Amino acid sequence: MPNSVIDVKNLAKAYHDGQTETLALQKATFSVKKGEFVAIMGPSGSGKSTLLHVLGLLDEPTGGEYIFAGKNISEYGGDELAKLRNQKIGFIFQMFNLLPRTSVLENVKLPLLYSNVPESEWDKKAREAIDSVGLSHRLYHEPSELSGGERQRVAIARALVNDPEIIFADEPTGNLDSKSGKNVMSIIQNLNVKQGKTIVLITHETATAEHAERILHMIDGEIDNDRKVERRRSAEEEFVK
Amino acid sequence: MTWKHTFKTSLAGLHTNRSRSALTILGIVIGITAIMLVVSLGAGAQALILGQIQGLGTNTVAVIPGREPSGPSDVTSLYLDSLKEKDVTALEKPTNVPGLQSIMPVVFGAASTLYESNTYQVSVFGGTERMSEMFDLHPSEGYFFDKEDVISRSDVVVLGSKVAEDLFDGNSAINQKIKIKGRNFRVIAVLPPTGGGSLFNFDDMVVVPYTTAQDYILGIKFFNRLIIEAKDGADVDAVAEDVRLTLRESHNIDDPAKDDFFVSTQKDLADRLSTITSALTWFLVAVASIALFVGGVGIMNIMLVAVTERTKEIGLRKALGATNRDILSQFLLEAVLLTAIGGFVGIVLGAGLAFIIAIVLSKGLGVNWQFVFPWNGAILGFGVSALVGLIFGGYPARQASKKSPIEALRYE
Repeated sequence: MPNSVIDVKNLAKAYHDGQTETLALQKATFSVKKGEFVAIMGPSGSGKSTLLHVLGLLDEPTGGEYIFAGKNISEYGGDELAKLRNQKIGFIFQMFNLLPRTSVLENVKLPLLYSNVPESEWDKKAREAIDSVGLSHRLYHEPSELSGGERQRVAIARALVNDPEIIFADEPTGNLDSKSGKNVMSIIQNLNVKQGKTIVLITHETATAEHAERILHMIDGEIDNDRKVERRRSAEEEFVK
Repeated sequence: MTWKHTFKTSLAGLHTNRSRSALTILGIVIGITAIMLVVSLGAGAQALILGQIQGLGTNTVAVIPGREPSGPSDVTSLYLDSLKEKDVTALEKPTNVPGLQSIMPVVFGAASTLYESNTYQVSVFGGTERMSEMFDLHPSEGYFFDKEDVISRSDVVVLGSKVAEDLFDGNSAINQKIKIKGRNFRVIAVLPPTGGGSLFNFDDMVVVPYTTAQDYILGIKFFNRLIIEAKDGADVDAVAEDVRLTLRESHNIDDPAKDDFFVSTQKDLADRLSTITSALTWFLVAVASIALFVGGVGIMNIMLVAVTERTKEIGLRKALGATNRDILSQFLLEAVLLTAIGGFVGIVLGAGLAFIIAIVLSKGLGVNWQFVFPWNGAILGFGVSALVGLIFGGYPARQASKKSPIEALRYE
């Protein structure tokens, strides 16, 4: 138990739209161990995004039990959830979600603003994170001056800056061309392989999912398959090719 | 998040949306500028008028003949001739009005003056030698008449600047004889132009001893005014009351409602005038407030748009760890900063304009127009604009902060 970052039991999420109730997620039961790289796969509408949002504390489940980093999150209020998101979770979104007209450095500093990290360390931490994704030469550029791949790397730097326990990536390569996508995937995979970060990634491409160690397959709001990846792909090799 | 960083974040938010911020501010700036200008100019006008009244001395009491008509048919009883020589004698008795320093009977009317072939219609003002001091009249040429002239009904005249110019075509008038009502008067002094901003304009007047005016020009036995100066340190209101009692006794009046005279002090006059100018100022403030209100509506629109437009940003910040309070304070501070900056610029601009206008009026009209910094206008303007920011920025910010992170993040 202490070894798992995520522990869910019968997790469910229902949306109410007037009279009708849509179950976007039901009976989800699984664990994610510390240092594990899990991909969640499934066609669109299968509930994988909903699952990620609930796991990422962006949305509240309507049923079941969710233990995150040893804490039952149903006992937590909004401010405590915000604190957990800030300190333990890093997000990488499909749409990058960088602040427009704001420099790369300031964008990466954003999570620090809401943290307990003393201000004197912000600059150093942000620069280190940017350096780790190879964008030191872009510190003062604005997102509009960057390519899609570069933007996603800024987003990865932002996700890393608070040294989170787990990173949630929501179709991180969905908006990128294949070369940039491979570059981004190699960075994400290296976070797991070289730094031992726990990663949960959503994708609908098998090829992308196979960079993970384990694939959860979803359909109609339920996990119908939970398998280990036999031959894990190396994004770094693919990128260099 | 600490306040310092909330502040920095808000400033950065305003900075990244420069042009929108500037446009939002503009409405507030115009509104506050208008209010500041109106209040400052109103206060300046009030100071000017009150200054002139104060120039007559705050220790003067004026007695005006007449009674309010009790009805439309009551025309015969206006009592405009109620103030007589015996009243002056009664008032001058120290036992009646102990606080009286001096009393000046005043008469006025119209007459035509004649010098050689030039005629000029003038107002005749009859007073005593005290006039020169009371009305701050300093002849540009010659000397004002003295007490002896008043007692002996001298045929001497002091000319207003326009009268002298029209009758003498720029030649010296001193010691020349002019005719008023067929009688020769010796010009003993000419007054300088009084200027446009003055409360009393002597330019079209001739000033003569009241005794002379009564007997030889106007042919009346009564006075149009009695102007009484109280002793230094005497209670002006008490003097006014003594004057009332004395005149009632002199006129055999028991019922104060039947007084055939009015007694007013400079303080009464100043109070009345400042009430009028204040009312006028606040009326104009109300008009200017419409501009501010329009500015407020503009802010509300832009704030609503801004918060809606930035819903995604709010979602992102929450995803990265911002609490509801962080979001609320950021947007609230942005709104308040915006309106406060607008208010500050408006105050500086309004005060600056009022200052320039004060200089222009002083130089252009030759009046002593003082620039007044309207603290009340500034506080009002600043307060209202900050309030506008709080309300119109606060509501959308609160709505935004309550959204779940994913709802905000997904917002398109």
